[in-house]
Amino acid sequence: MVELTLPKNSRVVEGKTWPKPEGATNIEELRVYRYDPDQDANPRIDTFYVDLDDCGPMVLDALLWIKNNVDSTLTFRRSCREGICGSCSMNIDGTNTLACTCGMDEIKGTVKIYPLPHMAVVKDLVPDLTGFYAQHASIEPWLKTTTPEPSAEWKQSHEDREKLDGLYECILCACCSASCPSYWWNSDRYIGPAALLQAQRWIVDSRDEATGERLDNLEDPFRLYRCHTIMNCANTCPKGLNPAKAIAEIKKKMVTRQL
Amino acid sequence: MRTPLSRIRGLGSAHHGTEHFWLQRLTAAANVLLLVVLIGIVVTLVGRSHATVIATLSKPLVSVLLVAAIISVAIHMRLGMQVVIEDYVHSEFRKILLLMLNTFFAWGVGLSSIFAVLKISFGP
Repeated sequence: MVELTLPKNSRVVEGKTWPKPEGATNIEELRVYRYDPDQDANPRIDTFYVDLDDCGPMVLDALLWIKNNVDSTLTFRRSCREGICGSCSMNIDGTNTLACTCGMDEIKGTVKIYPLPHMAVVKDLVPDLTGFYAQHASIEPWLKTTTPEPSAEWKQSHEDREKLDGLYECILCACCSASCPSYWWNSDRYIGPAALLQAQRWIVDSRDEATGERLDNLEDPFRLYRCHTIMNCANTCPKGLNPAKAIAEIKKKMVTRQL
Repeated sequence: MRTPLSRIRGLGSAHHGTEHFWLQRLTAAANVLLLVVLIGIVVTLVGRSHATVIATLSKPLVSVLLVAAIISVAIHMRLGMQVVIEDYVHSEFRKILLLMLNTFFAWGVGLSSIFAVLKISFGP
């Protein structure tokens, strides 16, 4: 059955409160999830205080400030710091988003930071995305053609290119999949909103010659039809995309080819 | 030890699910119309005598619409509950058992209701 409570060794306990920066007048409080696999202890919530006059405006800036000035063991993924690599996805103030594009001034009160929900935690804010990436690989995200390759490029009209808008921008941050209750309960068989949005990106590509094969691969009560249009994916996507709409388009194609 | 891709590919695609998806929406649309009819019949019969109720339900059009409503609701109920069971029950044995019971229940409720309507319609 669905588990509504965490296993005993995953229950979060109160952690350490780190000292306030000396002489700082403009302070922000952050409560951050910590988990160290090398210690035989439950996850904990640490409280940090960040000097806003010495720190950038984004949540990622605050995490980096903590790592540099308070606790160098704080672990999280980050790379581009401008919302294009998808590395710093985490649950901030109850919503999955990117730490680098989420301003601290957007959050009222204490900034609460957890790893992406319902994913195994590797350490602190780093979730295990192995399954998520395998789901992406399973939809075979590359152009598939049988016609011999043209000497130059595969041509595409402007209209057909526009059909990829709202799909190609996905950065695979996993915010959507980790926000989806259907994915929480059945991520072993439901491939999730991110992989399905990517699937639609190739299904709708006018240059691809494997549309039917792609639909065959998805036509399954779990792989595709676990989506119940809950819409958390569209609400949480930090790039403003709508995976639920992409999934609805795939379902529409499934029905169209049968009727 | 299996690779993540092997785990995700699992037993492959079942190549079905679309019929379930379509039938659920088809019966939903049918339910909207048929339940309006059903509620209409019930409301018009409130406070009427037993003989009037029997006479109304014996009319061919009323009987056919009631049987159609029962079939549509029973199918919709079975499909909906199937999805709930598949979503939340993860033990294979329990899941299959509940899916079977769900089918039996829908058929049981549907057949008994149709029998009741036909019995009234065709008389004692």
